[in-house]
Amino acid sequence: MAMTARQERYVRLAMPWLTLAVLLIAWEIACIVFDVPEIVAPRPSRVFEVIVQRWDLLVRFCLETLWTTMIGFVLAIGFGLLLGLAIGASPFVYSGLYPLLIAFNAIPKVAIVPILMIWLGIGALPAIITAFVISFFPIVVNVATGLATIEPEMRDLMRSLGASNYEILTKVGIPRAMPYLFASLKVAATLAFVGSVLSETVGGNRGIGFLMLSASARNDSATTFAGLFAIAIMGVAVYAACALVERRMTRWAFRGELVR
Amino acid sequence: MTAPDFASGASSPLVELNQVSLAYGEGREATLALADATMRIAQGEFVAVVGPSGCGKSTLMKLVTGLIPPTSGEVKVRGERVTRPIKGVGMAFQNATLLPWRSTRDNIMLPLEVVEPHKSRLRAERAAYFDKAQKLLASVGLGEFGDKYPWQLSGGMQQRSNVCRALIHEPQILMLDEPFGALDAFTREELWGIMQALWLERRFTAVLVTHDLREAVYLADTVYVMSRRPGRIVKIRKVELPRPRTLETTFQAEFVDIVHELRERIQMEHG
Ligand SMILES: Nc1ncnc2c1ncn2[C@@H]1O[C@H](COP(=O)(O)OP(=O)(O)OP(=O)(O)O)[C@@H](O)[C@H]1O
Ligand SMILES: [Mg+2]
Repeated sequence: MAMTARQERYVRLAMPWLTLAVLLIAWEIACIVFDVPEIVAPRPSRVFEVIVQRWDLLVRFCLETLWTTMIGFVLAIGFGLLLGLAIGASPFVYSGLYPLLIAFNAIPKVAIVPILMIWLGIGALPAIITAFVISFFPIVVNVATGLATIEPEMRDLMRSLGASNYEILTKVGIPRAMPYLFASLKVAATLAFVGSVLSETVGGNRGIGFLMLSASARNDSATTFAGLFAIAIMGVAVYAACALVERRMTRWAFRGELVR
Repeated sequence: MTAPDFASGASSPLVELNQVSLAYGEGREATLALADATMRIAQGEFVAVVGPSGCGKSTLMKLVTGLIPPTSGEVKVRGERVTRPIKGVGMAFQNATLLPWRSTRDNIMLPLEVVEPHKSRLRAERAAYFDKAQKLLASVGLGEFGDKYPWQLSGGMQQRSNVCRALIHEPQILMLDEPFGALDAFTREELWGIMQALWLERRFTAVLVTHDLREAVYLADTVYVMSRRPGRIVKIRKVELPRPRTLETTFQAEFVDIVHELRERIQMEHG
């Protein structure tokens, strides 16, 4: 049963939706067959019902989370890029900062949210900073890796032409680090969501995390799950946006494949 | 100029190595890569360096261009002691290392963005430089491929671009570190011809590292044979076959004799 290339492409595009549908149906059936109480796990159809009913509310809270996440994410890109370039370009900065960065990254970010709240109060700021703090690390590591893996021959060639370190960085290093940067953005964007929702859940008065927290306090698990779905959808959307930008910006890294 | 002594060519050679040694690493970890190398390379001479793998040929290239300082001895270029990367050099390595985000033409023009006086003229005289790159590409048979990306070229085409990049800024010294090593025999022999034509036209000084003795004899005026690590220069052979040499030349008795002579000397190293 051979498929044409076009058919194969359609099937590939449909696969994630099919998988999702199968999962949701299985969940629905399991809830009915095992008679699961709604407070433990609401049926997907109930969750969708709530999403439709409380659409306005969900959108408002989602937008709050979305923009704190995006601000944190953009800060992480700027900071991560600069730090990654510094670490990748200079062995001194590398040996000075890298161990500290690893140590910092090992700290569970849940632990710093209460501290941020003491310093900054509740509101958008702790969420932005948590999103920033949790998402810059992969950017730094990737950019630094991209720079550090310049071929020694290319470096020799540039040096033999009399290129300064700055020229080597701008003509070879930075373009070379770009695919690494864009690859890290996909991961960092989802992490940024984790950060801001985390902060909203630990303590806050805004965002989808806060909505879920207060809903679960009211034993309204359908709304809590609706919040989960909303976060997942936003995460996928931002990931897809990053992947699109990646393909646009670094066609060459895909050797012309994948780009259609 | 038939005298096989070091005072070949003009009164003062362009490149001069006196008792140059190089060790990588320090203390007990140190490996001696090159030992007591003494060479004289005249202006406009085409030199080939052959020897067993790991004997320090690439190291020799880096020493001559000033990319690494010698552990002992001295390297002089144009009469001046080399302490940092020298000017007027073009290099091409075994793997083409073309930048994948630049088109072939932009790759070739990279040295123009770095080397003076081209660097400061490039913006104003973009069109002229563009033509120059185009001519060079055409001369190696890549006239239509300037807009293609390196990964759209075959291995041989990438190597030709690599050689173009090493030549675009009209360096006085061209360093070739096994640039044809990864190619099939036909493509390689074709590139010998192209290389020779470029050299006959511009008369730069060239140092070619190669494993292929026929390649060395085809292209070079002088072949240096090196011993196993730590590399020493064990034989210097002048090649005085008339130019331009062709593939026919490679079947002539004289040519074959020189190749045999070199092969015998190298086999002693493996014995
Ligand atoms: N960066 C380095 N650090 C330590 N040792 C090195 C380094 N580069 C080369 N060596 C050592 O120096 C010796 C000579 O290396 P080199 O690259 O000059 O050999 P080569 O003659 O070019 O070999 P090949 O023909 O295989 O390219 C080798 O034994 C190698 O192990
Ligand atoms: Mg080598």
